[in-house]
Amino acid sequence: MRVMAQMSMVMNLDKCIGCHTCSVTCKQAWTNRTGTEYVWFNNVETRPGQGYPRTYEDQEKWEGGWTLTKNGRLRLKAGGRLKNLMTIFASPKQPSIDEYYEPWTYDYENLTNAPLQEHTPVARPKSLLSGQDMNVTWSANWDDDLGGSPALAAADPVLAKISDKVKLEFEQTFMFYLPRICEHCLNPSCAASCPSGAIYKRSEDGIVLVDQDACRGWRKCVTGCPYKKVYFNHRTGKAEKCTFCFPRIEVGLPTVCSETCVGRLRYIGLVLYDADRVLEAASVTDERELLASQRSVFLDPNDPAVVREAEAAGIPRDWVEAAQRSPIWALINKYEVALPLHPEYRTMPMVWYIPPLSPVVDVVAETGEDAEDPGNLFAAIDTLRIPVEYLAELFTAGDTVPVTAVLKRLAAMRSYMRDLNMGRDADASIPASVGMDEASMYEMYRLLALAKYDERYVIPSAHAEQAHGLEELATECSLDYDGGPGMGGSGPFGEGSGVNDPIAVENFHMLRQRQTTDTVADPSTRKARVNLLSWDGKGAPAGLFPPRSGTDGPHLRDPEGPSGETQPLPAGGSVPGPAGTGTEPTGTPPTGTPPTGPARDDDAGAGR
Amino acid sequence: MNTTETLLWVVIPYVCLAVFVLGHVWRYRYDKFGWTTRSSQLYESRLLRWASPLFHFGILAVFLGHVMGLGVPKSWTEAVGISAEAYHVMAVGIGAIAGLCTLVGMVLLIYRRRTVGPVFRATTRMDKLMYLVLAVVIFLGLWNTVAGSVLNLGGYYDYRDGVSVWFRSIFLFQPHPELMAAAPLGFQLHGMAAMLLFALWPFTRLVHVFSAPVFYLWRPYVVYRSRSDRYGARAARPGWERVDRPQKVR
Repeated sequence: MRVMAQMSMVMNLDKCIGCHTCSVTCKQAWTNRTGTEYVWFNNVETRPGQGYPRTYEDQEKWEGGWTLTKNGRLRLKAGGRLKNLMTIFASPKQPSIDEYYEPWTYDYENLTNAPLQEHTPVARPKSLLSGQDMNVTWSANWDDDLGGSPALAAADPVLAKISDKVKLEFEQTFMFYLPRICEHCLNPSCAASCPSGAIYKRSEDGIVLVDQDACRGWRKCVTGCPYKKVYFNHRTGKAEKCTFCFPRIEVGLPTVCSETCVGRLRYIGLVLYDADRVLEAASVTDERELLASQRSVFLDPNDPAVVREAEAAGIPRDWVEAAQRSPIWALINKYEVALPLHPEYRTMPMVWYIPPLSPVVDVVAETGEDAEDPGNLFAAIDTLRIPVEYLAELFTAGDTVPVTAVLKRLAAMRSYMRDLNMGRDADASIPASVGMDEASMYEMYRLLALAKYDERYVIPSAHAEQAHGLEELATECSLDYDGGPGMGGSGPFGEGSGVNDPIAVENFHMLRQRQTTDTVADPSTRKARVNLLSWDGKGAPAGLFPPRSGTDGPHLRDPEGPSGETQPLPAGGSVPGPAGTGTEPTGTPPTGTPPTGPARDDDAGAGR
Repeated sequence: MNTTETLLWVVIPYVCLAVFVLGHVWRYRYDKFGWTTRSSQLYESRLLRWASPLFHFGILAVFLGHVMGLGVPKSWTEAVGISAEAYHVMAVGIGAIAGLCTLVGMVLLIYRRRTVGPVFRATTRMDKLMYLVLAVVIFLGLWNTVAGSVLNLGGYYDYRDGVSVWFRSIFLFQPHPELMAAAPLGFQLHGMAAMLLFALWPFTRLVHVFSAPVFYLWRPYVVYRSRSDRYGARAARPGWERVDRPQKVR
């Protein structure tokens, strides 16, 4: 037994209202940069739908993930090592930008510069790739809320797996949202595909990261990941992916997508697992066994033998305790209501989902029957074959039994809690009918419905004795790095070349630039990015909100500029902001950037 | 050995090779992040699908041919019983095919780079300079093979008695510039352009040649890395060495 800890997530799909707040805040924090316009570390898909990128789930087409060879061994679906290397010059299965979408901006300048004319001037869409006028024909959420159905939804690869006759009926019955981030798999095929070995799994918390200094842009990971959650930054020529917000996780904060989730549907916690058994579990012959085999890899953190092994493996005591309180462990192995997304890709994904019961409840309610009566709900789950089959294709490789079991548990919880809420006697037969007792059903209800912040996010912070190993180091002046302080735009060999800036410094400058500049974020300058990562939610740093109408926000005024006039942004060049002049910005210094307080502003400015 | 010969075939080669070596060291230390292929496949893959493998496999064969032709002395191949004629036929045959693949691939790639909007937009000035020099080198090399050895324009010239010996003499630190001075103009130009390319190399995207990921064949599939062996995004400060903390006793 080799115990390892894995930071993982469960999303309760019943609560997702498809507001895309997670996607937007994630984008603001991580991919609001040139080269990553089309990159969504977090996206929310409407199901049925094609997903992002289009039809990514069709592995016969995209060849992501693993496949089982005839002799029962795991092999990358795109081919073995030698084939992987031989196709390095032109990756045969890489989605083109059309499968994502061509990023664009609008010619806003025309709105203010156009001469007086009969017709209202328009801001035409301009491609961010070619700079030319373009027609917007697709985007990350073109088929949001079943837009364009049935023409678009019919291309859903998951829908294609369930029989034809259900399609029409199905469209009338339900729709739900599927928020997706990187799965931080136990058996990551992106890492296995990377010729340079730049993608690695952190042995402390299992977060899968791309070493930006080691990535050489061979783009095999894009093919390797069946979830298509590794993206190619087309300006820097490097792969980028969801980082599980590791700088936040290391200090005990949940990811940005979880923090800002309106429905509070995300849970984060540790899972202990036996690393020695991962390969064996991923290699079971029957795809439908993968759910059970993955569950069996997880170790019970309350088992004294596991605790002993965990300590022998160097997992700190408080991490083991966090694993014992982990909502993930509870939802996956104790209540067994969470299911993995596409286990048949054999990557052992670690972001799991509680399938939505709402579509079933809606259908029952539409018939006029009591939608919270256990008998009605159970019968509906059994007869509403279509949603169940669809969910099974997503979460259990097509096996409807586990999905039905989960939905029945959720239905039983609904009915059981209704009796309690209405002041009636609890009906012990309802939990018993789904194999639970009353106490655990109530606990599950608490976790799903009432859990507070610290119950949803049980995140042990990284250890003080490991502080020097933290990627986001806060114990020394973070401007002390080779070539620092300050940050430039493009290096001599194109976007992003040159020495990497530590994230804290980058955020600090970006934030200040953003808050003190008077131009719209220009994708061509790295400095004009917004980063919510460095905002701790306390107070409102200058520039977070646009100035109120009528009053020109003082922080928006250039202190050196004549009478507060705005300065145009030189194309592709650096912004002559206050930092460049060596004077203090008049705006409030940003909160949440501990290493670089306002006292260092002069230093930062002078070095630029 | 006159001054011009020395300058052209001793000084310039050594300067270019020094820039090549030191440039790579500097680039790797300074710009690991910029060390990438800068693939443009995301923008366009229809042309790339054919042109890129054609070019890359072609140039790999050309490289191996140069290792053979420049690196292996004539006496060695004769010692193992390969006659000069047989060697000549083999070298010219394979060389012409590989060179043609390279040339066709490169022409297609340059055409694609110029005509596909996003690809052209992502082309830096350094890229353009590099493409120019690379194209000149490849064209001159192919010209020497075809015009010199196949069509026999300007008479027969065995580069293995001239250019190759000069090339090896550079690395033996006993340069023989007179051999290059006696070589046909085509070989001289090809050699000089190649020197220029070597000097440019570390500052272009060509550095990706040195990250050819052959170790992938033996590496375990999934790489684990501890947080503690990465030390964050922080570069070591000059004058300070990191001291590893004692490992926890199990």
